[in-house]
Amino acid sequence: MTTTLTAPPSGTRSRRPDRRATLAARENRAGIAFVSPTLLVVTAVVVVPIACTVVLAFQRTRLVDIQTTGLMGAWTLRNFEQVFLSPGFWTSLWTTVVYTAGTTIGSIALGLVAALALRRPFKGRAVLRGSMMLPYVAPVVSMAFVWEVMLSPEYGIVNAWGVRLLNWDAPIGFLTQRSLDVEVLGLTVPVPIALVTVIVFESWRYFPFTFLFLLARLQAVPRGLEEAAMVDGATPLQRFRHIVLPQLMPVMALLTVLRVIMTFNKFDDVYLLTGGGAGTEVVAVRVYNFLTARFDVGAASAQALVLAAVLAALLGVYFRFFASKVQEEKQ
Amino acid sequence: MTRAQLETRILGVLRWVVIAFLAVITLFPFYYMLMLSIRPIESLLMAPERLWVSAQELTLSTYRTVLTPTEDGGQGFLRLLRNSALVSLGTVALTLLAAVPGAYAVSRLNFFGARNVSVLFLAVYLFPATLLAVPLFVIFAKIGLQGSLVGLAVVYIAQTVPVSIYMLRNYFATIPKSVEEAAALDGCSRVSIVVRVVLPLAAPSLMATGLYVFMIAWNEFLFALLFLAADPEVWTVSLGLQQLAGGIEVPKTVLMAGSVVLTVPVVVLFYLAERMLTEGLTTGADKS
Repeated sequence: MTTTLTAPPSGTRSRRPDRRATLAARENRAGIAFVSPTLLVVTAVVVVPIACTVVLAFQRTRLVDIQTTGLMGAWTLRNFEQVFLSPGFWTSLWTTVVYTAGTTIGSIALGLVAALALRRPFKGRAVLRGSMMLPYVAPVVSMAFVWEVMLSPEYGIVNAWGVRLLNWDAPIGFLTQRSLDVEVLGLTVPVPIALVTVIVFESWRYFPFTFLFLLARLQAVPRGLEEAAMVDGATPLQRFRHIVLPQLMPVMALLTVLRVIMTFNKFDDVYLLTGGGAGTEVVAVRVYNFLTARFDVGAASAQALVLAAVLAALLGVYFRFFASKVQEEKQ
Repeated sequence: MTRAQLETRILGVLRWVVIAFLAVITLFPFYYMLMLSIRPIESLLMAPERLWVSAQELTLSTYRTVLTPTEDGGQGFLRLLRNSALVSLGTVALTLLAAVPGAYAVSRLNFFGARNVSVLFLAVYLFPATLLAVPLFVIFAKIGLQGSLVGLAVVYIAQTVPVSIYMLRNYFATIPKSVEEAAALDGCSRVSIVVRVVLPLAAPSLMATGLYVFMIAWNEFLFALLFLAADPEVWTVSLGLQQLAGGIEVPKTVLMAGSVVLTVPVVVLFYLAERMLTEGLTTGADKS
């Protein structure tokens, strides 16, 4: 009786890892081939320009020079010197920070209130939810002009009603006035009215975005916990504070990062509403003015670079703080 | 009354106040825009506080002014609409062409550098558009793409590909792998798996992504301003409207008619695909 049990031919054994390797190699090749169109475009239109900005920031270049001579000139730190020494830049950077913080907080707060109000179904909720996306999907140019007309001191509806119904002394130049004295409890407080208006506009335009994310998360919060808390006698505010809010925190943290990144570099909203006047000149608008009014490519690049560096630093601090906080919670 | 009952009652009222407030702040600006666009400018200047248009003063002359070609003394928005449509549709087509394989690779394939790709995409949004604007302005001037719609579309592709990949990837991840494996056993190549199996299954998400890209391209302003401002022939609607506002003595009612012309296509598209779009954007948000 011979054993039929034979060892598998050595060939298959050695071929098997071989075949796996070719499969993996094939997958690797397919993966790289599939992302290459994207990489190509992103490299050409994002990576290369960023590299150029860095180079330009260290040179005294004006637009005319580049078109004739090319990218490489003498290296210098003059642009940065000029940027850091000009008081206009620091004012503008501070405006950017206030603007970013204001709109991030504003849009998330409004989005949260909206998501809570629309959490439970009611008649017409779907219609309202749809129309609430309008400020976000509508073109920024037309929205900026509608607000400009609405807020105009001469023919705007807000001032017309304010003077008639609220007994304002004079129409308010919401987009042209740097500061407005407001009486609060007998105290006169100066309000940077143009900056506040721009912040309100931006919060209005982006609250639908935060609302959408917060509502999606709210609807995934399990009912059981809240019901249990209700049985235990927790009031609605306590249930929100201790059960709902903690579950929303990760999404709110994500939204904060997204909104900060998007607003910090924002150009069109401020440019269209005020042109950067009346104390609203954010760095992005300032860069644009340097580029198109003074044709000073070097100084414009240097400011854009400093802006990106400040944003990166802010995000770095945020992630460090946030990452350590998450670890604390886990422990 | 207990504290819980009191709070419930107050919040119950507050909820309706908030709902009414939200409806007003989101819808009123659009109503105001529409209303002013069909009113004569004299009527606006005389009664800025009025909220309606009386039947006898209703006018469409503002729209006539906006849409008439410039040769005939109008603002020529029809040509601008064509330009915007060309750029936006071109951007959608080319973005999807790059994003579909990209998203498939990121969600399915294990390749060298798969993890670093997402970091690179993040960089697109981390650096300000203004930072890109300076060198792009220079480069485009050098290679003659300045003032061309093609150049603008290329910039838009780079700006929209990352978010498209993000949206599509989430959807591709929900398609069961076994479906693809079955197709592979039947002898499908990698490319034909994507074309014949994955794409039909992902059609809704593809629509949503395409729509979102269209909106971004249609609404974009900064790059259009930088690259096209010199040549009115190639202006997009956004740019044309902004230039119109800066022009001499254009009545605000005409400006509002222009705004309506710019806004209507996006809003119509949005309502046609609202559900797809909201779901496409937030896929995965409820899991974090």
